[in-house]
Amino acid sequence: MDQLAALSDDALIARLQRAAFSYLTDYANPDNGLVADTSRKGSPCSIAVVGFALSCYPVAVARGWMTRTEAASRTLKALRFFAQSAQSDAPDATGYKGFYYHFLDMQTGRRVWRCELSLVDTALLIAGMLIAGRYFDGGGEEAEIRTLADALYRRVDWCWAQNGTDAVLQGWKPECGFLHYGWEGYNEAIILYVLGLGSPTFPLTPSGYRRWGLTYQWENLIDTDVLYSGPLFTHLFSHAWIDFRGIRDDFMREKRSDYFENTKGAIAVHREYGERNPHDFRAYSRDFWGVTAGDGPSDQQLRLDGRDLRFFGYMSRGVPYGPDDGTIAPWAMLATLPFDADAALTGTRHLLETYPQVCKADRFSSGFNPTLPLEGEGWLSEGWYGLDQGLLVMMIENYRSGLIWQIFRTSPYVQAGLRRAGFDGGWLQL
Amino acid sequence: MTTAPATPKAKPDNDSVFLRRVRPAGWQNPVARDVYDLAVIGAGPAGIAAAESAARLGFTVALIERNIVGGNSLNAGSVPSKALIKTARVYAALHELEAFGAPMPITPPLDFTKAMERKRRVLTRISEHHSVEKLAALGIDVFFGVARFDTADTVLIAGQQLRFNKALVATGARPQPPNFPGLDAIGYRTSATMFEIDDLPKRLAVIGGGPLGCEMAQAFCRLGAQVTIVQNDPKFLPREERDAAEILSRSMARDGVEIRLNTTVVGARAADGVKILETTNDDVTCDIETDEVLLCIGRVPNVEDLGLAVAGIAFDQEHGVKTDDFLRTTNANVYAAGDVCMTLKFTNAAQAGGIMAVRNALCSGQERLSRLTIPWCTYCDPEIGHVGLHVWEARQQSIPIKSFTVMMHDVDRGITDGLTTGFVKIHVAEGTDKILGATIVAPRASELINEMSVIMSAGIGMNDLANIVHTYPAESGAIVLAARAYVRDQAIFGKA
Repeated sequence: MDQLAALSDDALIARLQRAAFSYLTDYANPDNGLVADTSRKGSPCSIAVVGFALSCYPVAVARGWMTRTEAASRTLKALRFFAQSAQSDAPDATGYKGFYYHFLDMQTGRRVWRCELSLVDTALLIAGMLIAGRYFDGGGEEAEIRTLADALYRRVDWCWAQNGTDAVLQGWKPECGFLHYGWEGYNEAIILYVLGLGSPTFPLTPSGYRRWGLTYQWENLIDTDVLYSGPLFTHLFSHAWIDFRGIRDDFMREKRSDYFENTKGAIAVHREYGERNPHDFRAYSRDFWGVTAGDGPSDQQLRLDGRDLRFFGYMSRGVPYGPDDGTIAPWAMLATLPFDADAALTGTRHLLETYPQVCKADRFSSGFNPTLPLEGEGWLSEGWYGLDQGLLVMMIENYRSGLIWQIFRTSPYVQAGLRRAGFDGGWLQL
Repeated sequence: MTTAPATPKAKPDNDSVFLRRVRPAGWQNPVARDVYDLAVIGAGPAGIAAAESAARLGFTVALIERNIVGGNSLNAGSVPSKALIKTARVYAALHELEAFGAPMPITPPLDFTKAMERKRRVLTRISEHHSVEKLAALGIDVFFGVARFDTADTVLIAGQQLRFNKALVATGARPQPPNFPGLDAIGYRTSATMFEIDDLPKRLAVIGGGPLGCEMAQAFCRLGAQVTIVQNDPKFLPREERDAAEILSRSMARDGVEIRLNTTVVGARAADGVKILETTNDDVTCDIETDEVLLCIGRVPNVEDLGLAVAGIAFDQEHGVKTDDFLRTTNANVYAAGDVCMTLKFTNAAQAGGIMAVRNALCSGQERLSRLTIPWCTYCDPEIGHVGLHVWEARQQSIPIKSFTVMMHDVDRGITDGLTTGFVKIHVAEGTDKILGATIVAPRASELINEMSVIMSAGIGMNDLANIVHTYPAESGAIVLAARAYVRDQAIFGKA
């Protein structure tokens, strides 16, 4: 770890990005392109992680970590798998109506854990497919990649996911139909709406996006104007693909801001919250932050220093309303590089110097809680999570070169989706 | 009023005093006047407020009650629940002593009998405020019995026909048990009967995550019951904003309440003396074993057997009596107020509606219900108070809105008192300093929200609010800090 601390910023970033990417190959099934949700033994595939992996292969090619041929081969295996896998309402299918179950068996690709057909995770997967379809512009296997990516996107029946309303629900199960949960308040779902709106086959109705916007909360929070959403990842996920700089929808036009600037505001809120540390958690400061969705110490309530502290397992944590149990995601600060490089690097260096155990083999763990007294060092999530690693690769690349943003914005589907959502200005005008 | 609470069981002296105040034994209805300026049906908060208001203005008033004076609020709602909540808060606070430097006490089990005795004393004290004796002393003719319109301007009550110039229907609402199989067989309680129990149930299942359900779940948990709360929606308090509801959810979980959100009760059965609720959460089915079931879902207006149709008063079973914005029914001489017709089913709203109806009916008033500023509060810990528009309501009306938020743990008084959760949010119309609404989550949000109600009613904007001197330190400092954030924002960006 001392070696990491001694590196220049550029070298540090490059090394951490390389290590994060290696997760996506180390924990992939080379036969079908699926990537494990976590590094833990027996972990199923997360379709979102596959979406991140598909998005990161071009980065690997650009960085010289992988040949273009190998990247194309890995991409094609994943696309062929999804194209050929079972699409039906059977409980062990891979997907239905063009969507996919959240978690799949790494070998067979069939649904596991009676999980839900996940709309937002499908969107992240499809985003990766669209990246592949735009990046691989050659012949042979690359032509097949383009064909499959296009077909798989067109196959998604976004209208069906509205279930007769103009809202998009969060999921569906063959055992009970659509889940109750909808999307309330700003969160990571912009990319879901953009891809759904851009569909030439089963487009979402624009009214759904507008209706979702009615639940937004524009707040002056800790002296910062921000479209509120508590967990940090919600300010990053759609942004990993979509370059929001200078483009605005109706809401952001009204607020004279954009979603890129808004993430900067959210970062400021998270840092100030860390400094104020209202719950008196250990280590929190302006350079120790990153409260978001991720692994946690497990559901338990302990009495520490005369107060009852409640800890959580894997869940979505947020700032400033909570939940917050003193757990941060060690990767999260670095993932904000494109928005506030100084904050990202200062915080990451502080973390690495103070708690080097959070970064094993140059990869950040999913969660760290120094307040929970375990062996004197606090609780640390075991292994790695694919979502964290994939997002980190993409965000670092967007900071270094903007590659993902550049590729994604060339997609006519993305452009159409953004326009139907009411976005204009900036690069969308060009 | 009316059909809801069963007549309280006779208990020691307190209860005899209580009963004397709310329904005196051997009460003789007065002989009706030839005509009353106002006939009020229902002696709950709306009816009492209306009757007292009219009497003080010099009008002749008949007040008719089917059961006992005070309505749900006194007998099965606001008052008894708050009495129990106070006991629960005090008991729960013992667990916080250690954090403040005091040794952790060995807390004996709470004496539930004494807690209920205290609740009865509270009811007795408060029942004095609007006792039958006091109402009569105001000149109000109090009638007990079942009222029924027999013409457009007369009401039958206990064999007498009361003629009125104006009438007010204030018959309230009552719990509506859900319709799932097995419920009647296992037995259940509602707010109308829960406050009459003698023994703390070992296990309690609360169905419904609205204000009363959340209040009772947390209170009974703190009193020592193992409580499970089942809510059909993905969050509690569907009327409140998500952050407030989630803070409450975590607070209840911390207290030990077992939370079952997004869960529907589909059936009930009994086995070996245990009540079992059958639930589903999407595709997951689960049984909840309990000793007592408390229903806190659904209320239906009391519109039956009143002869409303005879008097030309439109109504339906779901929404109650149909009124216009002046609380006038389809019979121009009959008004309605309170839970029988209003969307906001709170005691303060009912009282305000009753008084407004009197002014409109008897004083040529033109007051509109939609103009009333009505704050409300859910009395959990922390309390959740709201007044005015919610953000989503403003956005639905295309009103640009911005919330100025101050966390309670950033307020000096919050820090001195060790507050770790809660907030004050003031919702402002962008481009102006006009306050559209406020949401407060704090230990005493029920008090703080009243300051916001006064501020809004007085038309005070954020600029002026920022200069109003408050005591220091105080939780209400959060309100001033929010206003000062507005002023700073305007100075920097000129855009608030």
